[in-house]
Amino acid sequence: MNRGIAPQRWPREHWVGLAAVGLVLTGSYIGLFVAPAERHMGEVQRIMYVHVPTAWNALLCFTCAFVAAIGSLWTGRERWDATLVASAEAGVVLNGLLLIQGSLWGRATWGVWWDWDVRLTTSLVLLLLFIGVLSLRSFATGSERRASLTAVAAIVAYVDVPLVYFCVRWWRSLHQIQSSPATVDPAMVLPLRLNAFGLMCAATWFIVRRARLELARRRSSETAIPDRIERIEVRHV
Amino acid sequence: MSELRSQTLTLLAKDLRLEWRAKARLVAVGVFGLLSLVVFSIAVGPDSKALTAGAAGFLVIALLLSSTLALAESFRIEHERRALEGILLLPVRPGAVFYSKAIANTLSLAMLAPGLSLFGVVLYGVELQPANVVSFFTIWGLAAAGLSAPGTLYAAMTAQLRSRDVLLPLLLFPLVVPVLMASCKALALVLTGDPMGQMHSWALLLLCFDLIYWSLGGILFPFVIEEG
Repeated sequence: MNRGIAPQRWPREHWVGLAAVGLVLTGSYIGLFVAPAERHMGEVQRIMYVHVPTAWNALLCFTCAFVAAIGSLWTGRERWDATLVASAEAGVVLNGLLLIQGSLWGRATWGVWWDWDVRLTTSLVLLLLFIGVLSLRSFATGSERRASLTAVAAIVAYVDVPLVYFCVRWWRSLHQIQSSPATVDPAMVLPLRLNAFGLMCAATWFIVRRARLELARRRSSETAIPDRIERIEVRHV
Repeated sequence: MSELRSQTLTLLAKDLRLEWRAKARLVAVGVFGLLSLVVFSIAVGPDSKALTAGAAGFLVIALLLSSTLALAESFRIEHERRALEGILLLPVRPGAVFYSKAIANTLSLAMLAPGLSLFGVVLYGVELQPANVVSFFTIWGLAAAGLSAPGTLYAAMTAQLRSRDVLLPLLLFPLVVPVLMASCKALALVLTGDPMGQMHSWALLLLCFDLIYWSLGGILFPFVIEEG
C-alpha cells in the first residue's frame, strides 16, 4: 500500500498543526496585549500581526504551487499534482483572508474599504488567477490531462507573484513598502514572527492533509468498479 | 531555430488562409467590438467629457471582449474533424503550432484597430493627430500581441473542456490586467497628449509583458497539446 495514504493512528503532520495553534495563540496574545500601540495608527495597527504573516504565507503557498507545477510537468508524478492543488487552495484561502484584513485596515486608516492601488489590485488579480486555475481543474477530465492543464495554468498565474511583491517599489503606491526588522520595535517583531511561523505551520498542515486526500480520492476512483460493468453483470445474471 | 521559423511560417500561411476563408467570422468579431463601444457610450451617458477621458479604456476593453470571441474560435476550428491531431502527426514542433496561431490571432486583432479607432473618434470625440497615428497603431499591435499569446495558450487548454466559453475569459481577464493597464495608459497619452513623455515607458512595460507571455506560451504549449 502507498505509504502516503496509509491510515495512521496519529499522523505526524498533526504535530505541525498543534504547533500552529500554539504559535498563533501566543503571537496573537502578545500582539494584542503586550506589544505597544503604534504612535500614529493606534490600536488598529495590531491587524498587522496577522495581515503581514498572511501575506507572506499566501505568497509562500503560491510559490510552493509553482514548484509543484514544474515538478508535475517534469516528472508526471501524482504527488506533485496533489501538492500543487493543495498549495493553490491554501494560497487562495490565505489571499482571500489577506484582502479582507487589508480592507478592514484600509477603512480604519485610509477611510475607504478598497482603493485601486497597485498592491491591492495585483493581490486581487493573483486571487482571481488561482481561482481560475482551480476552476479549470474542476472542468478537466482524465487525471493526466487534468494534472498537466493545472500545472500549466499555475505556472502562468505565478507570473503575477513577483509583481505583487515588487509593485510597491516599482510604482508609487498608497500601500507602504516592505519594512526591515531593524526599523521596527523588537516588541512588535516578536508577535509578527510567531504568527508568521504559526501560519506557515497551519498552511503546511493543510497542504499535507489536502494532498493526502487528493491521492486517496485518486486511488479510490482507480479501484472503484464502474457503474456500467455492474449493470452488465446484473443483466447476464 | 531556423526549423522552428520555417515551420511557423508554413503554419502561419495555413492559419491566415483559414482566417481569410472565414471572413464572415472576422467581420462578426469586429461588429461585436463596435457594439461594445456603443454600449459603453450608453452606459456612461451623454457626458462628452467623460467619454473623451475614458476613450482609451473603452477601446482597449472593446479589443479584449472581441479577443475572447476570436481566440476561442481559433482553436475550435482546429478540433473540428480532428485537424489539430492531423497536424501533430506531422514532424512539426508544437512551438511552431503555438507561434503560428498566436501570430494569426495578433494580426486578426490588429486588423480591428482602424474600424474601432474610427468609431472611437466619432463616438467619443477623441482626436487622433496624424503625427500620433504610428504610435497609436504600435500600442494597439503590442496590446493585441499581449492578449493573443496567453489567449492562444488558454484557448488550446479549454477548447475541449466543458464550459470552455466561461473558462477562457475567467482565465484570461485577470492574467492580462497588466497588459490592459499599460495599453490604456499609453493609448490615453497618445490620444490626449503626452507633455511629460511617459508614453514610451508604458509601451516598454507592455513590450516586457508581451515578451514574458510569448516566451512562456512557447515553452508551455507542448504540455498542453501533447495529451490533448
